[in-house]
Amino acid sequence: MVNLSINGLNVSVEEGSSLLEAAKYFGFPIPTLCHMDGLSPYGACRLCVVEIGEGPKAKLVSSCTYPAEEGLKVRTASARVLKARKMILELLLASCPQSKTIQDLASAYGVHRQRFRQEHEDCILCGLCVRMCEEQMMAKAIGFRGRGENRSIGTPFDIKSDVCRLCGGCMYVCPACRLRCTYNEPEKAICGACANLSPPCIEKEQFEDMMCFMDPCVACEIKKD
Amino acid sequence: MIRDTEALSSEEKDCLQESVNSKDILGIIETHNGKLGGLMAILGDIQTEYGYLPEQALRMAADETGCSLVDLYGVATFYHSFRLEPQGKHRVCICLGTACHVRGAATIVEEFERQLGIKVGQTTSDGEFTLETVNCLGACAIGPIVTVDGHYFSKVDITKVKSILEKVPDLKKVPAGLLQNEEAKAAVSG
Ligand code: SF4
Ligand code: SF4
Ligand code: SF4
Ligand code: FES
Ligand code: FES
Repeated sequence: MVNLSINGLNVSVEEGSSLLEAAKYFGFPIPTLCHMDGLSPYGACRLCVVEIGEGPKAKLVSSCTYPAEEGLKVRTASARVLKARKMILELLLASCPQSKTIQDLASAYGVHRQRFRQEHEDCILCGLCVRMCEEQMMAKAIGFRGRGENRSIGTPFDIKSDVCRLCGGCMYVCPACRLRCTYNEPEKAICGACANLSPPCIEKEQFEDMMCFMDPCVACEIKKD
Repeated sequence: MIRDTEALSSEEKDCLQESVNSKDILGIIETHNGKLGGLMAILGDIQTEYGYLPEQALRMAADETGCSLVDLYGVATFYHSFRLEPQGKHRVCICLGTACHVRGAATIVEEFERQLGIKVGQTTSDGEFTLETVNCLGACAIGPIVTVDGHYFSKVDITKVKSILEKVPDLKKVPAGLLQNEEAKAAVSG
């Protein structure tokens, strides 16, 4: 067992657990996007930041990839953490405002402004789909391609994959396309209307441009009928 | 987004198959398979052989090495030096590094694109030219730099683009790696 303190509470957790697991176990909520039980940790979204250490040596780390260490002092909701988390959400929201998952997180964590240009990307490169496909479906049909700003997810050569099982796992886990906000007013970056119980989008039907790698896409086929 | 192989005409398929000789590729794979860093060597040698990485070859490499095609494709698209499309006979490369950029390299790119009728990264339909950009060739003082098949042109501006393209057939007569225009030579020696 490893002894550490989370938000001042002394706890002991099994060796090898991550800070995220430890914090969740003891009831401290940490938001995550690229983490999912059953898939290996990846550390891509940085939403799960926590502060470790003390004084000038304190630093921010991603809790999903940081192992619990003996004597570590962890803060899951310090001012620094909250500030960083808000910034990360603002950035994520700028790249993918049509993701309901991200819109909801932004509402929940009090992101009230959007200072960045909105990109309306299909993907935040969280890698959940890639890990789902490889680790749970044993298919390895999709993967990362390219690098830097050209990095994308897809099948090799953009050809219909012959190893894809059409399981839909990749779409099921995708924070960008699992739930689409119809996202009423593009100029108003943060919808937040779900939180106010008056979704303006309810009338609209906007699942036309779902991105997925299944061909034919099961969900889209069902919708067509 | 998804390309369908079944949609390729049978002619195109034959063409795909013919251009890639499976024996050669198997040979290359065998030489490096299982060794540390063998994958890079395999991809490198295939590219040396064909000038690019044919889809067929990547599939064979995936089968032989036991590495999945997604991972191979990921590696092949990660590195700038690996190409997935057949390359033109001549490679025109324009420096877009900081020093060349502030001296107007972007306009030179546009001019090359206009004269060749292709965009950066593409190859002309006659298979003659491939247009590329690079971020600094280490010759900033005499930029903007353009290289053609390893021959260097310095202090290029848009008025020189035409003459550079005209010189291309004669370039193979001179050793690569040298400056090819007079002003540049003068600038270096003086
Ligand atoms: S639908 Fe295909 S690509 Fe998606 S997780 Fe399943 S096997 Fe992988
Ligand atoms: S497609 Fe979705 S699940 Fe896959 S990396 Fe992009 S955002 Fe994540
Ligand atoms: S109201 Fe509609 S558009 Fe707005 S956050 Fe909720 S689901 Fe998304
Ligand atoms: S959940 Fe930890 S970085 Fe995404
Ligand atoms: S910036 Fe062009 S050579 Fe350095």
